Amino acid sequence: MNLADYALSHGLTQVGVRPKFREYLKQAWGRRDLAFTMSLYASESANARTRLGRWWLVLLPSLQAFAYGLVFGLILGDLRPANFIPFLITGVFLFSFFSGSFSSGAKAITSNSGLLKTVSFPRILLPLSAVIREFINLLPQLAILPIVMLAFGQQISWEWLYLIPITFLMFLFSTGLAMISARLTVQVKDLGKLVPFITRLMFYSSGIFFEIERIFAGYPELLAIAMLNPVYDFISLARGALINDMQTTPFLWIAASSWALVTFVVGVFYFWKAEARYGRD
Amino acid sequence: MVAIDAGKKKPVVVVDDVHVIYKVFGTGKKAKAVKSSLDKKSRMREVHAVKGVSFVVYEGETVGIVGSNGSGKSSLMRAIAGLYPSTKGAVYSFAKPTMLGVGAALLPNLSGEKNIMLGGLAMGYSKKEITAASQSIINFSGLKDFIDLPMRTYSQGMSARLRFSIAASKKHDILIIDEALAVGDRQFRMKAEEKIRQMRQDAGTVFLVSHNMKSIQDTCNRVIWLEKGELLMDGEPKAVCDAFIAAMDQGDSE
Repeated sequence: MNLADYALSHGLTQVGVRPKFREYLKQAWGRRDLAFTMSLYASESANARTRLGRWWLVLLPSLQAFAYGLVFGLILGDLRPANFIPFLITGVFLFSFFSGSFSSGAKAITSNSGLLKTVSFPRILLPLSAVIREFINLLPQLAILPIVMLAFGQQISWEWLYLIPITFLMFLFSTGLAMISARLTVQVKDLGKLVPFITRLMFYSSGIFFEIERIFAGYPELLAIAMLNPVYDFISLARGALINDMQTTPFLWIAASSWALVTFVVGVFYFWKAEARYGRD
Repeated sequence: MVAIDAGKKKPVVVVDDVHVIYKVFGTGKKAKAVKSSLDKKSRMREVHAVKGVSFVVYEGETVGIVGSNGSGKSSLMRAIAGLYPSTKGAVYSFAKPTMLGVGAALLPNLSGEKNIMLGGLAMGYSKKEITAASQSIINFSGLKDFIDLPMRTYSQGMSARLRFSIAASKKHDILIIDEALAVGDRQFRMKAEEKIRQMRQDAGTVFLVSHNMKSIQDTCNRVIWLEKGELLMDGEPKAVCDAFIAAMDQGDSE
């Protein structure tokens, strides 16, 4: 009898192999508290040493919106979208959630080597915790969006409640995104350097401060591609819900839901495929 | 090959022809020696840390691992823990092993108390259980006055204390301690050794990597000697430790 047969005949199981997909999800669900608690702590400690503390969560995106509004508001001139301030602030606030999830996801494995080398647990909890942390940071921004709307001449409306399912879809999408960026940066370290560049590219191509319908009016093919951009879809949905003159179209709902589901499923699966590789450096 | 004890003893860990090979980027060579910076292969070096080690550990054994620096002890332990899967061969175990090593803090920017929480959750405690166990972990570690400081401010010894206390608070079927006690002071080491003996009595299996022969002989009932990635000797603690010390002394005089 060889050693492997001997071990298996006594009910031992092989160590360090990736569990089956369902088993893996079950294990991760069993330790979900780790992801929640970790994101809570990280979000608490992130601003703990600054005087304004958690106010930065709202201040920073507001300052960004202000800077972009000033610069692009002047440059765009007549091309400026109607309701410019609500339009811009919705865009900047929601975009910070996507870019945050993408870049924190990319660092989720590489920056937690202490934990990875000591304890074995389903690694998927790390990028998940990164997205939950970004989500916690998004909450105060979501809370002040209605105030901004009212302050800049929008009427309160039932459509604002669409923001709840939209946020849910955004969470799914960002989770998938974080899983993919987490694995990619582990396998190809160089990609970590590209993260800020990709984020910039997304920012300028997703219509954060302009209407892609107007900019691409003369190029129907480009417009069709630009409208399939997931970030644009989510942000346009949110604008449709919040701004009285804009609508949430069935196209946007379908595009955003598809992006959310596909990215989530692909991301989780893709991350699981390399489970045995994380923390091996 | 390893003789299988066909008796009634129950195997807990089976290490079957394990090889661990690291692929490392060599640095520090002269620029000329490297053909092209994009040519990864030319900079890649293979380090064969463990070369085909096999053994079986039975229920109720506490196994000491000795060997000089760089003999593959830690690599083998990480393979057993499943933290770095073996390149060739396999490790089988009866339960998921827990590893305790030296090194950095778990989450350096968080306080000791929060590290207890997260370390516990990662180990599989429920939130309620770890909250309940937290006080006794702090007491065992003896770090009461520092527990609200970020873990990055801890010394190596303090960090090791805390991590041992977290790990030891839970009942482990298999616990691997890789020199984690070496940086602790004498008082804590004795407390920890007592805890390890207690674990053995609770039918837990413990692997103890150490350079302290006294510590090994006091706690283990079997010792494995690794040298250059190969298993050199496996047997009674006193016999193996004596042989190891003799070989080391001879190496010095050469």
